[in-house]
Amino acid sequence: MNEVLLILGMFVVTFGIRYVLFAVADNIEFPDKLKRALNYVPIAVLTAIIFPAVFMPKGELFVSTDNPYIVGAIVAVVISFWRKNMLLTVVTGLVAFAAWKWLLIG
Amino acid sequence: MQTTHNQLYSSRAKLFTLGMKDCAPLILAAIPFGIIYGALGQSTELTAWAVVAMSVFVFAGSSQFIAVGLLASGAAWPVVVLTTFFVNFRHLLYSANLLPHVKPYSQSIRAPMAFLLTDESFAVASNYLTDHGKQENFHWYYFGAALFMYLNWQVCTLVGLFIGQSIPDMANWGLDMAMVVAFIGIVVPCLHNRATLACALTAGALSLITYDWPHKTGLLFSAVAAILVAMYLEAKSAQQTNAVGRVEQGANK
Repeated sequence: MNEVLLILGMFVVTFGIRYVLFAVADNIEFPDKLKRALNYVPIAVLTAIIFPAVFMPKGELFVSTDNPYIVGAIVAVVISFWRKNMLLTVVTGLVAFAAWKWLLIG
Repeated sequence: MQTTHNQLYSSRAKLFTLGMKDCAPLILAAIPFGIIYGALGQSTELTAWAVVAMSVFVFAGSSQFIAVGLLASGAAWPVVVLTTFFVNFRHLLYSANLLPHVKPYSQSIRAPMAFLLTDESFAVASNYLTDHGKQENFHWYYFGAALFMYLNWQVCTLVGLFIGQSIPDMANWGLDMAMVVAFIGIVVPCLHNRATLACALTAGALSLITYDWPHKTGLLFSAVAAILVAMYLEAKSAQQTNAVGRVEQGANK
């Protein structure tokens, strides 16, 4: 295993993806439609990360009251919708998750 | 003159620390990931130097995890590099989203901003920009959040390398929930109409259906499809508003 090539290669593709648009930013102007589409990126990508973590915690669909991830996520969604407070959302979501997990074991 | 200078520096320092503060919940969420990565890396044939170097030079959590997993199953380095490309491709969407906000800066500032662009730094930055709109000194805020994240990732990698193996079964504690609730805290306040709500539900449902696609391509597909659905609904509701406007205009005549 050539570790130098491995890490160099990973660095080049990762930094390349992150930098390419920034590098040419002065010479490109996105059409309006694309600009508006990009406003949806945070919602789309973050939700696509959240759902599998919650509904498929072990790689398979697990929709049940026995799944503490779902309970924690529901609490977090409700609190976030109600108070729009990040720290409160994180704390209550985690507490609900941990408490439910503990109840299931106990 | 001196006062303006001091004020300038204090406002930069304030933005920098605000970035750090806003990133704190995500830092907490990332700690177990960094430690588990270090511990997993230590258990493969990679040298400790390579495990650390990957955190220092690549700095992309999920692709580092996948790399370690692939190496453990005997994959060759070009396979890992190609997989890294696909797994990190979503960062192109992040950079496109941030583009208007980095245009004022020189390449020497844009390059480190790009290097530090992760799910977490993007999540914090986009949350801040949604609340505040275009910001003159945005980079100070961004570097506060992103450098904090970077430093934390390095420390956690080292901790994982040295003591990770002695923490029993840490990967099964469900600590990934911390990242989930942090992302929920960012997404939910953005859902204020039909288009944004449909965007989230489409992305979520498709991400479950496409979960088995290789190299996280399902994630990308789901995100792009969800954005298209949102755009369609946005155009439709704009049409309706226009139609209502025309009817009202007609009535006024």
